[in-house]
Amino acid sequence: MLTKTHLTAAMLAGSLATALAIVASPAVAQDTAKEKCYGVSMAGKNDCAAGPGTTCAGTSKVDYQGNAFKLVAKGTCTTMKTPKGMGSLTPMKG
Amino acid sequence: MLPNRSGTAFKPQHFTALLAGETRPGFIEVHAENYMGDGGLPHAQLSRLRADHALSLHGVGLSIGGEAALDRAHLRRLRQLCDRYQPDSFSEHLAWSSHDGIFLNDLLPLPYTEQTLKRVVAHVAQVQDMLGRRILLENPATYLQFAASTIPETDFLAEIAARSGCGLLLDVTNVLVACSNRGEAPAAYLACFPLHCVGEIHLAGHHDTTDDRGAPLLIDDHGSRISAQAWQLYESLIARTGPRPSLVEWDNEVPDWTILLHEAQTAQAMLDRAANSTKAA
Amino acid sequence: MQTEFAAALLDADRRLPAGLLASDTAERFAVYRNNVVHGLSRALAAGFPAVESIVGAEFFAAMAAIYVRISPPPSPVLLEYGTTLPDFLARFEPAAGLPYLADVARLELAYTRAYHAADAPPLPADRLGSIAPARISTLRVTLHPSLQILRSAFPVATIWAMNTGRMLLGEIADWSAQDMLVLRPHYEMTVITLASGEAAFLLQLQAGATLGDAAAMAMQETGSFDLAGALAALFLRGAIVAVNDQDLS
Repeated sequence: MLTKTHLTAAMLAGSLATALAIVASPAVAQDTAKEKCYGVSMAGKNDCAAGPGTTCAGTSKVDYQGNAFKLVAKGTCTTMKTPKGMGSLTPMKG
Repeated sequence: MLPNRSGTAFKPQHFTALLAGETRPGFIEVHAENYMGDGGLPHAQLSRLRADHALSLHGVGLSIGGEAALDRAHLRRLRQLCDRYQPDSFSEHLAWSSHDGIFLNDLLPLPYTEQTLKRVVAHVAQVQDMLGRRILLENPATYLQFAASTIPETDFLAEIAARSGCGLLLDVTNVLVACSNRGEAPAAYLACFPLHCVGEIHLAGHHDTTDDRGAPLLIDDHGSRISAQAWQLYESLIARTGPRPSLVEWDNEVPDWTILLHEAQTAQAMLDRAANSTKAA
Repeated sequence: MQTEFAAALLDADRRLPAGLLASDTAERFAVYRNNVVHGLSRALAAGFPAVESIVGAEFFAAMAAIYVRISPPPSPVLLEYGTTLPDFLARFEPAAGLPYLADVARLELAYTRAYHAADAPPLPADRLGSIAPARISTLRVTLHPSLQILRSAFPVATIWAMNTGRMLLGEIADWSAQDMLVLRPHYEMTVITLASGEAAFLLQLQAGATLGDAAAMAMQETGSFDLAGALAALFLRGAIVAVNDQDLS
């Protein structure tokens, strides 16, 4: 069971003083002097073009009927090591 | 009004290169829906570009050819965007893309009849009222026709323009794609097009293939350089209209900025020739 | 007409709408079917690049082809599309072997939301000095509109960084829970892991709690919660856009 934590005004004021010291330290000041910049762009998601010149994505039923999934574990999930081994994608039952 | 020069679609990955370059496009065009977030980098970039570029705002989600009423919430967002950026042009498509509360993310075809004409004219009028400006409507790239159609597409567009007062955006690649897919001659289509209404021209790459019966199947994928056939069509068009604002689009497999700019410069050279021959005539 | 056309676009088993003309109607209609499914799938991939990298492009496309039919976008603004993808992935049987995947998608969704969130200038860090120590416990702050907190039972920030080119892909030695902060004070995105108790502290502040109450809650969760460090970090990261005025001296 958790006991209710009491914070005294003195503790809070002390934290504020410490926070102020951190913010004012020269190392921090240098780090935050980064200027506002235009960063890395994400591509827009709306366009007015057709898909690439194939006609398969909308019609290939095999793509979404289960066993296609067993062919396609080509992502990084097979190279990132987790406590339970590599982790894997499984074919859909049905 | 957009300048009678060549412009490019603006892609965020080109932001730095575009501003650093000595040669700037005559105008830029963006898809309105990509700028409907509240803030952040997209607006920061567009505001910076707007400061020294003519801007065309191109909508891809109004579903003007839809059977349903226009989405009022979406119209309000468009008006806010127009108020904020004061674009030199706003354009949309003769197509539908939403139905029954679902956005299908494609520019879908409609039959051309008296009934659909009335509906499209009413929708265009509603958009123009809401935005407080004349809009341009673009001819579609189509892959199918409807048995029910009774009006040729060029007449249909001419009637929309006449009845609503809107202008037209003539997409040369769409002419090539749609006419080839119908087994018609693109030049014959252009001969019937109401050229006096054209406020902007679009050019883009397309994919050239055939269907299972061996008939030409052209796909408007905006994923490559503009084809020789489209350039020819464009040059013959501007020889008749004189220079018009001309945009190079590129949405799939977007190349380096220099390649996109090069396509725009090719268009600019053709515009310059058209201007000179118009003067000479 | 459009009801039949739209239904046939999203259901490849459905017969074509009546009244179409073309040399090969089925193949021509397939162009539209492809555009709808492929276009929406690519829009999702643009918003969830780490998920795509983890499962691979083929799996992602096959998964997306199912998702777009179950949850097509309700609005033409695709930057808002995919809000239900994390929950879909959590229940998606073929991905059951990757229990962390849904949280990676939640982090990517938070990233996109922060990217497009409203602009607000953060308070400079030295404004911390203008707070009267006597009033600190009753102080309330307004956090930046882009700020989001995500708590995961998995090291999702590390997995995300490894799958977006921000970290080298490799073994994750410390497979433990991570709390994350997503923030965009100006135009630069920040995604960082939080120290113990910080997530609880921030969630309380976001809900409108006073600094005193938020700190008490954080300490209740983690006895070692470093209030001074958390407070300094908030200002240094540009996470605060306003401090309620009557508490400024």
